[in-house]
Amino acid sequence: MSAQVGHNLDVRRLESFLRSMVAIRAFEEEALAAQKEGLVKGAIHPSIGQEAVAVGVCGELRRDDVLLSTHRGHGHTLAKGADPFAMMAELMGRAPGTSQGKGGSMHIADFAVGMLGANGVVAANIGIAAGAAHAIRLLGGDRIVCCIFGDGAVNRGPFLEGLNWAAVYRLPVLFVCEDNGFAATTRTRELTAGEGPLARARALGIEGETVDGNDVLAVAEAARALVATVRGGAGPRFLHCLTYRLSGHTGADPATYRPAAEVEARWKDCPIARARTLLEGAGVARAELDALEAEARAAIAEVARAARAAPWPDPSLAWTDVQDLGAELRPEGSARG
Amino acid sequence: MAEMTYLEAGALALAEAMRADPRVWALGEDLGRGGVFGQYKGLQAEFGPERIVDTPISEAAIMAVATGAAMLGTRPVVEMRFADFALCAIDELVNQAAKARYMFGGQTRVPLVVREPMGRWRSSAAQHSQSLEAWYVHVPGLVVLTPATPADNRSLLRAAIACDDPVVYLEHKNLWPLPGEVPEEPEPSPIGKARRVREGSDLTLVAWSATVHEAVRAAELLAREGISVELFDLRSLWPWDREAVLGSAARTGRLLVAHEAVQVGGFGAEVAATVAETLGVPVARIGAPRLPVPYSPPLEAELEVDATRIAAAARRLLDRPRRG
Repeated sequence: MSAQVGHNLDVRRLESFLRSMVAIRAFEEEALAAQKEGLVKGAIHPSIGQEAVAVGVCGELRRDDVLLSTHRGHGHTLAKGADPFAMMAELMGRAPGTSQGKGGSMHIADFAVGMLGANGVVAANIGIAAGAAHAIRLLGGDRIVCCIFGDGAVNRGPFLEGLNWAAVYRLPVLFVCEDNGFAATTRTRELTAGEGPLARARALGIEGETVDGNDVLAVAEAARALVATVRGGAGPRFLHCLTYRLSGHTGADPATYRPAAEVEARWKDCPIARARTLLEGAGVARAELDALEAEARAAIAEVARAARAAPWPDPSLAWTDVQDLGAELRPEGSARG
Repeated sequence: MAEMTYLEAGALALAEAMRADPRVWALGEDLGRGGVFGQYKGLQAEFGPERIVDTPISEAAIMAVATGAAMLGTRPVVEMRFADFALCAIDELVNQAAKARYMFGGQTRVPLVVREPMGRWRSSAAQHSQSLEAWYVHVPGLVVLTPATPADNRSLLRAAIACDDPVVYLEHKNLWPLPGEVPEEPEPSPIGKARRVREGSDLTLVAWSATVHEAVRAAELLAREGISVELFDLRSLWPWDREAVLGSAARTGRLLVAHEAVQVGGFGAEVAATVAETLGVPVARIGAPRLPVPYSPPLEAELEVDATRIAAAARRLLDRPRRG
């Protein structure tokens, strides 16, 4: 239970968080349904159960701040302000997609809102985030970079190299470890030595904290303080969010490697259920919350309907945006010669 | 026109680019002390530690940082020290820098240059001597350049920094002290254009990087035997000057490609196959045997693609009928 119960709960703010979390949940459920129908051809990595991290952290960022995400990045991208229709169209490989259908779920990006990309390679975003922050240092200004990665990423080299880099140059990066307990289909703690992600960050001189990542208010409160510290020029900070991946590693993973009772208990503890409990405790009627959820879900359902009707990219697009010098030219005619 | 070494020409190009554009900066290990070969000597004194950045020995981070910084609008020049060490950053270059523009649907560009000193040099053995240019040519999104002269090291590096694509820039370690004339102004658009080193009529010879200088000597040996070689320094492997090579091979009727890299799967195979497919003329390649580079001089010599071996390969090719 959140420490906020019984205090002055900001109902409007929590309702807004709930609306965003429900939109993310609905987006991923729509995507999974579309995948079952064969409309989403590639892999998707749902973040169902982890929505509080996306909403709590990204809500504290400015639009011109930079975000780097992972293969499990729909929630982060939506919370940073990307257009859900363009994202759903991208998942379906359609022309109005965020990347014109060239990237799919693992390469969702929306540079207009500072979202510089999900990434298909675990931990690869950490060094890129340090580079974005290095550029901000060179260019001036008070933008910051937020880099979200999973608990599996702490066992890859770029975690060490990227955190060391950000610390040595005192760069404006908030590192967020979204710890859902699983590295693909393995429990991360079984294959991770030492005291965990925050201890590793501290060993590199990066301060931070661990929060209950299913408590959206706790995440937001911690993120707000750390964002302010980073923006103030103190160098990088680290936020370790403990959450739980309710879905499988991908849409195709039934996740039978964990007991059903464990998953069932975690569903009751999911961030949406937690937020609703708090709001009901603060006197918000259940019907009002149901209406709020229904409205958020209806908006996403409409997005999914529109994406299904969106046009395919022209095949000639496969040949564009490779490089300026030495780009191969498409042979004459509609198909490859 | 000024005479300078290949190394000095590279330093001049970077300094000129940094003076002209405040978004250009360089990062790599030991750059503040001039870099491992002295290619950055004096640059930190002129541009300061914020633009000539000393980095930890973290090749993956160096390349990833350059990628992220390029996506935000700066123009990083990465120093990898030895081309062999760049393999520690291959995800960052191949999966990230080379792909970002495409997989994000054109939302970004990654205008970085990665300098990778390549090739055999002073008994450096298997992890400090490789020529892996063919790997990079295989990757969509990358430009691959291999300067062989001081003038080209200046012009190509300037063009690489000005280019919006990620560029793999392979300087040859044996060429650092090579002197040569460098014009006042860099050549305007050298990328994708071969340099015709020598005109000839019997055979087209294509080389790049340090092998160009062996090819020059081979052409001289052959000239004494009455064999007229047309020699091209390809300079730019992607894009490469198909027009110049095909035009020449159509005139001479034979093509030989020589390179220091392992012959199997080398870029010579691409050049030779293109000419054979297009013109149907006899083609041949000469590269190193598929061996790691050994340490001891007599062992290392087994791998040499030198003037004698290039000339021998040319004679074998000339012995073949024009239509094979």
